[in-house]
Parts: sequence; C-alpha cells; structure tokens
Amino acid sequence: MRVEDLGCQRGGVPVLEGVSFTLAAGEALALRGPNGSGKTTLLRTIAGLQPPAGGRIELAEDSVAYGAHADGLKATLTVAENLAFWAAIHACDKVSEALEAFELRPLATRPAQKLSAGQKRRLGLARLLVTGRPLWLLDEPTVSLDADSVGLFGRAVRAHLSAGGAALIATHTDLGLEARVLDVTAFAATGGPAPGGFAEAFA
Amino acid sequence: MSALLLRDLKLAVRAGGGFGLGLAFFLIVTVLVPFGVGPDSGLLARIAPGILWVGALLACLLSLDRIFQLDWEDGSLELLATAPIPMEGVVLMKALAHWLSSALPLVLAAPVLGVLLNLPTAGYGWLMLSLALGTPALSMIGTFGAALTVGLKRGGLLLSLLVLPLYVPTLIFGTEAARRGAEGLANATPLLMLAGITAGVTALLPFAAAAVIRVNLR
Amino acid sequence: MSIWEYANPRRFMGWSAPLVPLFSALAALLIALGLVWGFFFTPEDYRMGSTVKIIYIHVPSAMMAINIWVMMLVASLIWLVRRHHVSALAAKAAAPIGVVMTLIALITGAIWGQPMWGTWWAWDPRLTSFLILFLFYLGYMALWAAIEDPDTAADLTGMLCLVGSVFAVLSRYAVNFWNQGLHQGATLSLDAEENISDVFWLPLLVCMAGFGVLFAALVLLRTRTEIRLRRLHVLEARDRTGRKGSGEG
Repeated sequence: MRVEDLGCQRGGVPVLEGVSFTLAAGEALALRGPNGSGKTTLLRTIAGLQPPAGGRIELAEDSVAYGAHADGLKATLTVAENLAFWAAIHACDKVSEALEAFELRPLATRPAQKLSAGQKRRLGLARLLVTGRPLWLLDEPTVSLDADSVGLFGRAVRAHLSAGGAALIATHTDLGLEARVLDVTAFAATGGPAPGGFAEAFA
Repeated sequence: MSALLLRDLKLAVRAGGGFGLGLAFFLIVTVLVPFGVGPDSGLLARIAPGILWVGALLACLLSLDRIFQLDWEDGSLELLATAPIPMEGVVLMKALAHWLSSALPLVLAAPVLGVLLNLPTAGYGWLMLSLALGTPALSMIGTFGAALTVGLKRGGLLLSLLVLPLYVPTLIFGTEAARRGAEGLANATPLLMLAGITAGVTALLPFAAAAVIRVNLR
Repeated sequence: MSIWEYANPRRFMGWSAPLVPLFSALAALLIALGLVWGFFFTPEDYRMGSTVKIIYIHVPSAMMAINIWVMMLVASLIWLVRRHHVSALAAKAAAPIGVVMTLIALITGAIWGQPMWGTWWAWDPRLTSFLILFLFYLGYMALWAAIEDPDTAADLTGMLCLVGSVFAVLSRYAVNFWNQGLHQGATLSLDAEENISDVFWLPLLVCMAGFGVLFAALVLLRTRTEIRLRRLHVLEARDRTGRKGSGEG
C-alpha cells in the first residue's frame, strides 16, 4: 500500500496535507499525534469513507478492515452471532479462530449487551479476524482494554503481520510491536484553502 | 447479503416491539375512526379501504427511523460501507427486512380490521392484493427517507415530512384499487400502476439511497 | 472562457451585484404595468365578472411555483454533477420564493374559486397538485435547515429534489386519475380553441414577465446572501482551527 501527497479534510476544513508513506506486507505503522490532529480523518480517508482532498491512495480493492471507535455490535445478538454475521458479510470462515485469539470462547453464547466494555472491545477486535482483509486500519484499538487484553491484541497483530498482513494503528499505547512511527502533526494543513472546497473559489 | 437480511429480521424479533407496535398502532387507528365518523355501517363500508390504507401507511411510517439509525449509532453502517457488499445491496436488504418485519404483518392483519369497518365481502381479496403490491413501495421510499435523515439527531419528525408527500401516488393507486375492487368495479389500471410504482422504486431508489448514505457517512 | 466560470462565487458576486437593482426595478415596472392594465383597462368577463381579474396574480404565481421547482432541479443537477457551490446555493435560495409563490397561487385560487365554484377548496387535481408541491417545498427547506454541514446539506437536498421531482410528476398523474376535477383547462396554449382573447392575454403576459423578473431579482439577492453566509462559515471554521485565513474575498 502506498499513500502519496494525500490531503484530508473534516467538515470542509483541511486537516492534513502532503501525507506520504508506504506500508508493505508484514509491516505495521503507528500513527501518533494529539487529539484532533487528524488520525481518525486519515484512517477514514484511507478506508474510503470520505473522499481525499488531494493526492493518491494506492490500495488493492477490498483489502481494508476498518476498526473504528464504535465496534458495530448488536446488543441482542450473542458474541458468536455477532462474529458470524461479519464473517458471512465478508464470506470468510474464521469465527472459531477469532474466538480463540481473543479468548472469547467462554463468552460465545452471551448476548453482547451483557459484556463489559473491555470484553466488547475484544469482540470488536476479533471482528477484524473474520473480515479476512490484509490491511487493518485501527483507531485507538486498546481503549478500555486491560493489560492482559492489550497483550492478546498485540499477539493478534503480530500473527496478522507474520501471515503477510499489514496494520496502520492510531494509538498512544505501546503494543510491543516493531512498528515505524508516523507523526501526523508533521502533515498538519497550513491553512491554505481546501482544494475544490468553497474557500478556494474566492481566490 | 442474505446474512444482513437474516440479522435484521433476528434483531426485529429479539427487540420485540418492532412489528408488534406497528400492528397495535394499525389496530388503534382503525378503532378510532368509527369513534370519529360515527357508527353508520354504510359509511364505514364505503371508507373502509381508504382508512385501512392510510392506517397501514402510518403504521409503516412508525418504524422507518429505525432502519438505519441503530446501525448508524453502533458503527455497523460504517463497517458495512467498507464491506465487500455494495451499499445498494445493503439498502435493498434493509428495505426488504423492513417490509417483512413491519409491512407484511399489516397486510395480513388488514382483513381482520376490515371486519371491524364492515368492508364488503368482495373487498377483502382486493384489499390484501393492493396492500401486498403497494407496501413494498412504502418500505423502499421510506428507506430512502431514512437514509436522508440518518445523520440527524432528531430525524424522526423530519423523516415523516419528507416521506409522506412521496407516499401520495402509492396511496392514491392503492386505495383506488381496493375501493374499486370492494365496489365491484374494474380496478386493473390502479393495480398495474401500483405494481409499476413498486417495480420502479425498487429498481431506482436503492441507487439514490446508497448515494445518500455515502454522503452521510463522509 | 467557459460559461462555468460565471459560477465561481467571486465572479458571481461581481456580475450579480448590478443586476439585482436592475431586475428589481424592471420587475416593479412590469408588475405595476400589468396589474394596472389588467385591473382597470380590460373588460369584465361576461361569465365571471370582475373576479376574473385575479388571474393577473393567480396565473403568474402558479406558473412561477412550478418553474421555480424546475429551476431548483436544474441547479441541483448542476451541483451534483459539476460541484458548483453557487448552483447549490441558488437552489437553496429559490425554495422559499417557490413556497411563497405556491402559497399565493393557492390563496388567490381559493379567493377566485369561492364565487365561481361556491367553495374555498375542492379536491380538484390542479389544486391538490399544488398542495402536494407545497409539501415538497416544505420538506426540501426543512432538510436544508436540519443539516449542519453545508456540503452534506447540498448533496442530500439535491438528491431529495431529484427524487422529489419524479414523485411530483407521478403525483400529478395519480391525482388526475383520482379525480377529474372542476378547474378550467389551461387556456394559454397557442393552439387551444378556447383561448382567452388578446385583451386579457397581453396584460397577463406582462404580469408573467414581471413575476419572472421578480424571481430573478429575488433569487440573485438571496443567493448573494447565502454566499456571504458561506464565507462567514469558512472564516469561522478557520478561526476555530486557529489558522490565519488567506484570500477571503
């Protein structure tokens, strides 16, 4: 995956510009930067949820698994049913591996609404495994996880990388990964008008 | 995509409320009408197809804002947008799930309520046929409306304001088909128009609704 | 230079500034001329008496009610395809004018209908269609008002306008099917046998032109206001992010 001179905007206001990096199979890249610096915006842009304000994203089609703040869980479905749904959507059959990797097996028949915040988060992360997608885009994945669960997650990411996957992770926690660090504050937009936006048309 | 349909139906069943509430609303509206217009059975028989159609339409409207709202709040909609199924397919499945869980029970309950309103015997079949042909259009149009208002905090009322004018043609042809059938008149034209509207909106509105969802996710 | 250059907000502000007073004056002139001519210098209709004179308001406003929706549809399409902000803002600016025109048409119609048909309101296809059009305008404006992000609002209202137009046409046919109606047919087409005579036709034409120019003046004025609001929005957004604005016009 390669990103070249990418510009991102949030609500019509440019946030990042000139973002360039490459990410090869087996690599992880940690996004750093204070709150509001554009990490989420960058991840959403790469995931294709919002149009880039400029530049290019080279990415194989259907290769992205996006892990947002919200886990996309249904309260009345059980843990296994939630995973089975996303597995079916992605035509991928790894539900039991995902349950094992995040030690959710004992909770498999429990409705998601009865899980603790950390357990929900683990289920949300287990969802990544059943997508079968090579590139993980993770937004603060370790929020509300205890130390053990962070360890589980680190192991899952390492397994993913060694299987030829890649990960782009916005996080403040050290996951024990050999990840390069990309500081998004270096790409903060300098206040020029948004390309194609309304402001430019005044110039 | 069938997984999405099955999940939505499962959620509708588990959450309860869903179609139960719609049906109860339909029943109450139908019961209120004789209180409003008087117990004259001749008058009730004459207006029964219209009352039942309007009642079914309003009952359908009740559950529209839940089509995308819950998926929006818990992040599922974003994840579905990055999933390998096209957003148009998601929209179509959502509309189908809404029809199966909210509108189909109304179609099946309509004849029972027809008894309360003294609907002529000839009218029962036509009423059900017109509802069966027309309610899918109501679900599909409503899904488009729900897509428009998904990002809004209090979209429910706005949703009604946007969707109700769009329901006019369906309502007109639906009641005409049912009324003419009940009065023993030829009703092939309104039935065909009704089927045409349903076919047309099912073919075209998923594209519009999917485009709108993508804008709302931005 | 391409014609689309005129849609650049800065250029638009430039060329539209002198047109607003010009169009306003022209509209006032035409409407005054048409109304005075129509009210005082035309004979009374042998059937309808002096009530017929309300057509000098009723017909132009009804015509504009439909034309404005069509203009909004075109503007929305231009926005959705070419992303010209002025186009989206013009559609937004036109809607309240359209809703007022629809309301005028409905009210003058009721005032005219009362002595003619003996009722203020009848579920006649034309009347009903205008009522539905009124609801479409309301929904469109409500959607604009409900969405905060201006580009999102422009996209969503554009789609609503597109879908709504299809349903408006469909409703028109449905309503015709539903009730055949009492409203007289349109008597302004050139080939109709029952055309109204030139005595009425000429002042009416002047009034219609006046309403058209009035709309042009109002929509330009309101679009200019919308553009200024958007500039304010952009400047505020820059202020919030703590950066210096550049090139504010």
